[in-house]
Amino acid sequence: MISENTKKEPLVRIAKRAELSPKKAALVRFSSIIVALLIGGLLILALGYNPISVYGGIIEGSLLTPTALKATAKIAVPLLGAALAIAPAFRMKFWNCGAEGQITVGAIASTYFALYHVGDLPAPVFFVVTFIVSAIFGGLWGLIPAFFKARWGTNETLFTLMLNYIAIGFVKYLRIGPWMDKGQMFPKVPMFDRAARLPDVFGVHIGWIIVLLLVVFTYIYMTRTKHGYEIAVVGESVSTARYSGMNVAKIIMRTMFISGAVAGIVGWMLALGTNYTLSDTTANGYGFTAIVVAWLAKLNPFVMVLISAFLAVLQKGSNSIQTNFGIPASASEVLTGLILLCMLGSEFFINYRFVFRKKSVGGDD
Amino acid sequence: MDTLLNFIVAAVLAATPLLFGAIGEILTEKSGNLNLGVEGMMFMGGVAGLAGTYYYEKAVVEPNAVVSIIIGVVCAFLCAMFGAFIYSFLTITLRANQNVTGLALTTFGTGFGNFFGEIMGNAAGGYVSVGTVIKAAFDEGIPVLKDIPVIGKLFFDYNFMVYLALALTIILAYFLTKTKTGLNLRAVGENPATADAVGINVTLYKYLATCIGGGISGLGGLYIVMNSANGTGGVWVHNSISGYGWLAVAIVIFATWSPLKAVICSLIIGSLSVIPYYYQIPFIHSAIYEIFPYIATVAVLIMMIFRKKKSNLPPASLGLAYFREER
Repeated sequence: MISENTKKEPLVRIAKRAELSPKKAALVRFSSIIVALLIGGLLILALGYNPISVYGGIIEGSLLTPTALKATAKIAVPLLGAALAIAPAFRMKFWNCGAEGQITVGAIASTYFALYHVGDLPAPVFFVVTFIVSAIFGGLWGLIPAFFKARWGTNETLFTLMLNYIAIGFVKYLRIGPWMDKGQMFPKVPMFDRAARLPDVFGVHIGWIIVLLLVVFTYIYMTRTKHGYEIAVVGESVSTARYSGMNVAKIIMRTMFISGAVAGIVGWMLALGTNYTLSDTTANGYGFTAIVVAWLAKLNPFVMVLISAFLAVLQKGSNSIQTNFGIPASASEVLTGLILLCMLGSEFFINYRFVFRKKSVGGDD
Repeated sequence: MDTLLNFIVAAVLAATPLLFGAIGEILTEKSGNLNLGVEGMMFMGGVAGLAGTYYYEKAVVEPNAVVSIIIGVVCAFLCAMFGAFIYSFLTITLRANQNVTGLALTTFGTGFGNFFGEIMGNAAGGYVSVGTVIKAAFDEGIPVLKDIPVIGKLFFDYNFMVYLALALTIILAYFLTKTKTGLNLRAVGENPATADAVGINVTLYKYLATCIGGGISGLGGLYIVMNSANGTGGVWVHNSISGYGWLAVAIVIFATWSPLKAVICSLIIGSLSVIPYYYQIPFIHSAIYEIFPYIATVAVLIMMIFRKKKSNLPPASLGLAYFREER
């Protein structure tokens, strides 16, 4: 029997690795980005451009002038905010794919105030009120799937996905229906009054300060508080959480309310700080890209800062290579996709190792 | 009567790309893989099919309709399958998280489609467009039969892809319920450890189901790009496939993972999307129709709680990775 088993052991098998040192893990992730950029470079080369000058163009068009830098920051800020929103839910292994919708609902709530109550309140109060209302609405939108998951175990991935399109569809209705700008031929929501626009700090709307504060808060919340501990336990094992007397349903609903609320705040800054209006593309895919950002950062808020900044550079830079080289701006999505896929693949080499068949019989672990 | 007839035809035309997307994803999900990259794969299929027919047309003097159809379908299928292969490699072999990988595939595929669509357009000096022969090949119904009054228009005047989608649906339904391989596949999706224990090659089944499913979904992208029901046939329109992939994911749930029900669900959603062009419905704003499919899907998700009939539930291992070593 034993000899037959050894004979059948495959040449290579895969085993879980003991924790890889953070330095080595960072090296693996970094190399995966290099691999992705090399593949992208080959693609650029195949199309008849010089990859080095195109990549140079991306950096120049996103970082090297103050205007470009500000535009890059405006992309990075909501992306980072959405990734922070997703983090607690994902730690709980609640696959919240609904940040896009939660952002949209937050934006709808602040748009209502920006359109109808802008003169009623002094500016600071207006921004505080809209901030809170957006957070509450985003949170409630996140609470719906959490309620059904906690009570009856519905599939949250699919539920949150569908809620995205309900929120976005509702914006389309508002745009063409009750909130339509009467003075325009094309159905759209009017631009907000100046008083309803978020003030700039160093040329970028104040949202960036809020998001950076949220980075610290999220880190503390997830690693240093009782809530954070409960989230981690539920994520590891619902049964363990239950046996130790935790109210799992309450934790799931509370965490998703917080997750949705943070996404709602992102909607607040997108509507009042970036777009100054509401459209069906207000969330602009940030909610989806953020899922990958959060995941690749291993839900570490500080790593999310780096990854979202990097993706923002790619996106802004690709717009400028369209003007300078005539390469379609969609190149940013191709490159982003390549990088995400390569980084996802690289996780394998961090978590697992190959075990080659040993020559000698036995001696297996 | 004419309005009704036109409405039904329009609904069928609108339903077909959704049906391709949905049955491809049903096949994928039956293996336990939740591939959220349907939209990405549709983009990849759409642009590859357009590229194939476009360059074929440029290469020959007189393009042949049948050859262009074959080239378009094969290119679309293979390219979307390549997208699904990336997903399979990452989630099955490299054990990456399925949700995240699917979303990354959507980002990549959307970019891939728009990027190459625009590159082809730039090379053609503006936008890329196929000629009348190929356009007709993707639009025209069955000769002779389509000229029968009423019945001809109702049943035989669709382009070949409508019939292809129906044929694939029937084959898939038969495969999943009546063949041994189909039952094995469902076993893999329900409980991979058990399937593995009885000697089913779980990895192979997952790879094949996901790749072929992805290829079928990609045909939906080909349909959207090549068919002129929405006004532009054989032309690359930026982001033209946006939203269809997610609708297809919704239909899979709405149809409770059954290919035959997917036909009905696609038809319902297809007709909702075209109804405002044919009928005025009081009290409900036309923009609200667009939300109905998603609300219906949520309702189905909720109803599953009460309806614990085994056949209506998602595959038990859906979205979960299977590692033999961690059993």
